[in-house]
Amino acid sequence: MKFIVAILLWGAASLACAANPASPLEIPDTLEQRLKPCIICHGDEDRAGRDAYYPRIAGKPAGYLFNQLRNFRDGKRYYQAMAILLENLSDDYLLEIARYFSSLKYPYPQPVANTLSSEETKLAETLIHSGDPERDIPACSACHGKALTGTKPFIPSLLGLPHAYLAAQFGGWRNGGIMRGQTPDCMSEIAKKMTQEEVNALAVWLPTQPVTGESAEAEELAPELVQRCHTIFAGEDFIQ
Amino acid sequence: MKQLTIFKHIEKRQLAVFAIGLLLPLSAVGQSSDGEQIKRGEYLSRAANCMGCHTTRGGEPYAGGRILKTPFGEFVTPNITPDDETGLGRWSNEDFWQALHSGKARDGSYLYPVFPYTEYTKITREDADAMFAYLRSLKAVAQTNPPHKINSPYDNQFLLFLWRTWYFKEGVYEADHSKSDEWNRGNYLVQGLGHCNACHTPRNVWGAPQDSKLAGGEIMGTYWYAPSLISPLEAGVGEWSTEEIVKLLSAGINSHAVTSGPMATIVRQSLQYLSPEDMYAMAVYLQSIGEKRNGEDVPKKIPPMPERVSKYLALGKPVYEKHCQSCHGTSGEGVPGVYPSLAGNRTVTMASPHNTIRSVLYGGYPPATAGNPRPYGMPPFQHIIRDNEIAWVVSYIRNTWGNFGSLVSPEEVDSSRGNEF
Repeated sequence: MKFIVAILLWGAASLACAANPASPLEIPDTLEQRLKPCIICHGDEDRAGRDAYYPRIAGKPAGYLFNQLRNFRDGKRYYQAMAILLENLSDDYLLEIARYFSSLKYPYPQPVANTLSSEETKLAETLIHSGDPERDIPACSACHGKALTGTKPFIPSLLGLPHAYLAAQFGGWRNGGIMRGQTPDCMSEIAKKMTQEEVNALAVWLPTQPVTGESAEAEELAPELVQRCHTIFAGEDFIQ
Repeated sequence: MKQLTIFKHIEKRQLAVFAIGLLLPLSAVGQSSDGEQIKRGEYLSRAANCMGCHTTRGGEPYAGGRILKTPFGEFVTPNITPDDETGLGRWSNEDFWQALHSGKARDGSYLYPVFPYTEYTKITREDADAMFAYLRSLKAVAQTNPPHKINSPYDNQFLLFLWRTWYFKEGVYEADHSKSDEWNRGNYLVQGLGHCNACHTPRNVWGAPQDSKLAGGEIMGTYWYAPSLISPLEAGVGEWSTEEIVKLLSAGINSHAVTSGPMATIVRQSLQYLSPEDMYAMAVYLQSIGEKRNGEDVPKKIPPMPERVSKYLALGKPVYEKHCQSCHGTSGEGVPGVYPSLAGNRTVTMASPHNTIRSVLYGGYPPATAGNPRPYGMPPFQHIIRDNEIAWVVSYIRNTWGNFGSLVSPEEVDSSRGNEF
């Protein structure tokens, strides 16, 4: 009897061992798995970290993402967390990463309520659709597309971004803090011509807009604007 | 038996001579043709990673301007492109040799040892000339870099003279004929060109290496600890095969370990471009200086844990399960060649917890190399979890699955912060 119980116990123990031991981790050989470090901030839902700051990258034009990845890595755009992560990655890998995030079709967040006065709203809408030719400020839509969802392959969407991020970007351009070393930087020139009121109005107005269209095609860009912002087309050879 | 050993020895030597024989015609051509000499110089400059310091992030290669922070002041690396006004345009072979070999500027003044002439002095004249020929072949970049900001009293040539008298031993590498040719080549690469000693050594208050052994130390101005290349408890590779050593140094990752921080950058900038023969030579040398674990050390006798300690460690478990386990596994086993194991990981258990804390704070990717072109990475957690949680989880992984290490406090997490850029 003792013998049988012992056998039973032994059987149970080995079953328990078989069920329990650390099963080897199954790590998929995918880009998604490789890019987990990105997702911790640029998640597929509205992530608000401790600094409530991270921009949406899903669906942005690949050339834009590739330029930004290289700029972060090469110290031309400054953000410590990105600089450290990308320091030792190759152009080939960064291009693959850019294409991956560009291909993601995540739903956009719901637009937020507009808290601007009607004058401020008008100020923002005028800049968006007409700019101010007298001060040589082009309309936002002239480069970022009529739907403001960017122009392929190098110009980003302005929608679906948190207010904190937009405000910080404008602040960075006006102080020359974002794209240091990369001159001439067209967005920095434009932002410096704008007043603080205009910047504030845009940073509040943009998150109130619903997304209604796809990124515009490159042909829709006026040649003089391409010329004005030629530095962002430097990655053209890679993107072809 | 003795005869047999001698025979084996001879056979090895002959093989080595044969290998050198294969290389010799190349270097003979190198002397006769400028193109070959420049090519060789390019390779040697890679091995010496001149570019690593003499280039700013995203800047013109070799045009200098990178700021090196040390306790003695901020040094700005010079432009070493052949520009007449701002670079090495007016330098001669002799000037270059004097800098590399003797640590003296063109005007004869003493250079600061932040330029690793203490190691470069081992470089042969032939190699130095080839490196200079390569630098002369680069596009001249007119770039004036800001001057050093050296703290008083270190901006004094007489103090430098004293420092040199005390700590600098000038001299080209001399082969140890009792060792194989690979071993000697590896020694030359590690101690000379590669100047591994610039980081992997303890330094005294004068910034001088305390010995020429690669015994590990804090890297000045980088917040990282460069582990010992001798100790089996740190990064000594005395127990590894040469294949494993080569894999880590050329691909940036092997089944035991992954390079991170400044070492990942060295692999990207320099080591991945070295020839298989040179990588093997480095591995032979590094393996020979690595100590083996003393049988008495294993298994360690660990005293029973006081309740206070086990309670502290228990705080780290839920943090581990939430943030770390999906990649590093329920038993800290990791995935070989993808995610490092934490059980038995020497970076995790070594006396200084800085590198582990920094990996948690900042995350990172191993270098993208031919051997690992699309690396998997570690997310940064500095903005996801708080310092006390990082302290708990690092203490936890340092004391679980057979690991044994000191506990880490939130203050230590905070003191591990900081970056060059």
